[in-house]
Parts: sequence; structure tokens; C-alpha cells
Amino acid sequence: MTEFTPLQSLLGGALIGLAAVLLMGLHGRIAGMTGILAAAFAPASAQGGGRGWRLAFLAGAVAAPLLLVRPGGAAIPFDSPVPLGWTALSGLVVGIGVTYGGGCTSGHGVCGMARLSARSIVATLSFMLATGVTVYVTRHLLGRA
Amino acid sequence: MALLSALLIGLVFGAGIAVSGMANPAKVLNFFDVAGNWDPSLAFVMGGALLVTFLGYRLVLRRPGPVFELRFHLPQRRDIDPALIGGSALFGIGWGLSGFCPGGAIPAIGLLRPEPVVFAIPMLLGIAVARILQDRAAGAANGDRQGAA
Repeated sequence: MTEFTPLQSLLGGALIGLAAVLLMGLHGRIAGMTGILAAAFAPASAQGGGRGWRLAFLAGAVAAPLLLVRPGGAAIPFDSPVPLGWTALSGLVVGIGVTYGGGCTSGHGVCGMARLSARSIVATLSFMLATGVTVYVTRHLLGRA
Repeated sequence: MALLSALLIGLVFGAGIAVSGMANPAKVLNFFDVAGNWDPSLAFVMGGALLVTFLGYRLVLRRPGPVFELRFHLPQRRDIDPALIGGSALFGIGWGLSGFCPGGAIPAIGLLRPEPVVFAIPMLLGIAVARILQDRAAGAANGDRQGAA
């Protein structure tokens, strides 16, 4: 069980949106985690510059929960209810999928949908449906996790 | 200045992920578990993020360009191809297995738990492998075209 948190989730969502707007207004970039990660770690030859701002963004993203928990004293609930092997396998599947799909929840689901991009709307419907089916199959048909 | 700006924007993004519950795989899985322990919180995350981005993009994209770059880098593709739908579906299967998506897992590394790292390393490997396969397919397609010409 996890607690229903409409206010925190709305506030957190608004902060994600604020970051997306700032990244576009200041850097002219889509705040998609897939694209940022892929370009940050791509070989220099395939990258066309721009590794610096991406690594800075990633450092900030990782530092935020650390700062909230340590000096901030905030409680950030975390529970990974599936076996570690599933988590590793899911990472591989996600990495391949987001590369062919051209984005993830942040890139397609937030930035692309906000631009009313048809590609992003189709992608978001596709992955939301697949995620729902996967959770139903693993939890209710296979009875795991 | 641009690096400091990107760092601060990353902090805002990571704080949003942490506060919203997106860094918590159990919460994400429960959002999709309509038939079980349904937690609708994620709809509020998407709602808040979409509302702010929808309105904010309309303000900033009206300007001649961004502050630290010459122009806005917006995706140009419009086609709905099988890779978009199939790749996204594959992403969804992975997301549903663990509850981690890229935007949730990277900030979650800052919670200093092993699971986000166990997710993120194979994910980066998957991105690298898929990119190599995509480049090869593109190279083969170009070779075919040149051969035909």
C-alpha cells in the first residue's frame, strides 16, 4: 500500500513542469531524461557538443533528493517491491524501448504532450497501456510482487 | 553561468520527482494497479506537470530564442512509425516490471539505495545497444539507396 498524496503529487508535478519550462526558456531544450542521458554519455564524435549542461542537469537531479533528505530532513518514501533481478532486466528493456520510442515519461509524457505533439501523444498512450497490462499480468495473473 | 543554470534546473526537476512520489517504484506500480492497491497520485503528478509546461511553453516559445543558446531545439519529426509505438510499448513493459522510468530512477539514485543503480546501469547499456543497432540499420538503408542509385 502507498498513501494517496494528491497535494504533494500536484506540487511535485508542478516542479517538474517548472523545470521543463526553465530548460526550454533558458537552454532551448526538451526536459526529457532519455534524450539528456543518451547525449550526456554518447561518444564525443556522435554528440555535437553540449555534454556540459546535460551533466550539470543530471548532477542537480541526483543531488535534489539527497539535499531534501539530509539537510532538509524530509521523508521521501521509497519502496522497490520486486526482486533485484527484475529491476535489472527492466532497466535493459526500458533502455532499448525508450531509444526506439524516442522518449520516456518526461520527454513524451510531459514535454511532448504539452506541445500537443501527435508522436508524443501516441507514444504516451502506448507506454501507459503497456505498463498497465504488465502490472496486471505480473500482479494478478502471475501473482508476483 | 549556463552550467549553474542547468544544475539548478536539475535540482528543481529532481525535487519535483522526489516530492511527487515518482522516485518511489511502489507508488508508480500502485498507480497502474487499478485492479488492486490503486493509488491515483500519479495522475496528479502528470496533471500538475502538464498544466505548468503547457502554459509555460506558450510563454517562453513566443520569445525569439532561449537565453543560453541561439535557438530552441524542438523535435522536428511528425511521422507515427512502428518504432515509436513498439519502442514505447517495450518501455511500458519495462516500466511495469519494476516501477522505474528514466526520469524517476535518476533522481532516486540520490536516495542512496541500491535499486535505482541496479536499474540505471542496464538501462544505459540498453540505450547504447539500441543506438548501435539503429545506426547500423540507418547505415544499411543508406547503402541500399546508394546501391540502387
